[in-house]
Amino acid sequence: MKRFWNVALTILLFCSSILAWELIVRAFEIPTFIFPAPSKVAMALWRGFASGLYQKHLYYTLLETVLGFLLGSALGFFLGTAVALNRYVEYFFYPYIVMFQSLPKVALAPLIVVWFGLGLKSQVINTALVAFFPLLVNTMVGLKSADEDRMNLMRSLAASENQIFWMLRLPNALPFVMAGLDVAMIFALIGAIVAEFVGARAGLGMLIQSMNFNMDVSGQFSVLLILSIVGLLLNRCILLIRRRVLFWDPSEKERLERERIAL
Amino acid sequence: MEVIAVKELSKLYSSRHGSVHALQEISFKVSEGEFIAVVGPSGCGKSTLLKILAGILPPSNGEVRLRGTPITGPRRDIGVVFQSPVLFPWRSVLDNVLLPVDVQRLGRDGHLKVAMDLLNLVGLDGFERRYPWELSGGMQQRVAITRALIHDPAMLLMDEPFGALDAMTREQMNLELQRIWLERRKTVIFITHSIPEAVFLADRVLVMTPRPGCIMDDVQVKIPRPRALEAMNFPEFAPYVHSIRGRFNAKGMIDA
Repeated sequence: MKRFWNVALTILLFCSSILAWELIVRAFEIPTFIFPAPSKVAMALWRGFASGLYQKHLYYTLLETVLGFLLGSALGFFLGTAVALNRYVEYFFYPYIVMFQSLPKVALAPLIVVWFGLGLKSQVINTALVAFFPLLVNTMVGLKSADEDRMNLMRSLAASENQIFWMLRLPNALPFVMAGLDVAMIFALIGAIVAEFVGARAGLGMLIQSMNFNMDVSGQFSVLLILSIVGLLLNRCILLIRRRVLFWDPSEKERLERERIAL
Repeated sequence: MEVIAVKELSKLYSSRHGSVHALQEISFKVSEGEFIAVVGPSGCGKSTLLKILAGILPPSNGEVRLRGTPITGPRRDIGVVFQSPVLFPWRSVLDNVLLPVDVQRLGRDGHLKVAMDLLNLVGLDGFERRYPWELSGGMQQRVAITRALIHDPAMLLMDEPFGALDAMTREQMNLELQRIWLERRKTVIFITHSIPEAVFLADRVLVMTPRPGCIMDDVQVKIPRPRALEAMNFPEFAPYVHSIRGRFNAKGMIDA
């Protein structure tokens, strides 16, 4: 019953704010190219999908985001593992990695276009660069955080370093890795859009820019709406995987508990 | 036949501020199937002794022989129970118990029945598919004991295994441990800072003093088994506790 009221209230709040937005725009006669009414945004959305334009660009952006995410997080995971397991790698390479991270990756986007052109490759690389670091840091910290007692237990069983890695360090690092994936997914979407701003032949970011040139503000709003929904859905995907993988993690259960209250 | 022979064992921790003698020339022997309790105040080197026996800490001097061969590194024939249960939360109870089998590649198939029998022995039958977070502190420590027994070790090392439990659970676990020991007759070295616990459980109590850690007394406990918790109220129980406590007080140490 309580849940029903919560859902009803959420819907009511949503509808009334949309209605207020519509009424304010109409009452003050705000021009569409400054701030469009929700009805205009909805129409732009309808037109975009009906003509097949949005599907095409959405597909392209999704492809970049997912490919960049996979590439960047895989690289981050493997490099993080190398840094955590090998003192020499840490000593010689880690300072450069930190230097690279303090550099705003967005500033690299124009260079990447010069090197790799306007095609998919360039956007995927840019996305991967942005998604890479959260995984690197989290993997590193996670692998190093194995509890001393557990290490002693493994040592007392005469476990090899290899076994300690697979049976203790890696599963122990999973909550950190999953938190890294969570961040990397959102970063990847940002990276993809920025790359499209700088130069691309397709994608929702490119679409926003061309709409901006044409003063099509309703169109931009509709694409922003799509982007936020895509971001939410990608985040949900990670959350589902996380729940599967980390069923044993107490902090994960607290999270579930909190979400149940929020619903 | 003796299982453990400790000979003139010393451990020196060096740091910039000088060195600390954690253990000094400790010698003792343990026979097959004997239950030894090591009792002493905090910082007397009990845990250092256990880590050396477990082969995860090298001694500075002296040696430990297990069934005649010196302990120079981790061994596969020793089971260790730590103060905290140290279970892996991503493994079910059964998988936690089978951890030594996995590490030492002893073959799961052959040990499945052993694991179930042991879980039965510690009163955890029906819990094998559960996960550690679903268990109480006492139950988790029972899983840890089962895990230490799964590969049929020559010796069981226990480092204050019930120290983190509440008093009631602790007494219950003492009874359980005695029952398990009477059934399996493993050689046990049990470290504790509770004198009554040591007297209740052990055949022999080694009394340790701190800095430098050495063995001050070796007390044979001649109370018949199985001992019930009421044994603690029997007239023969008190003198043991009293005399051990007396040794600490004579040394001017805090009542342990």
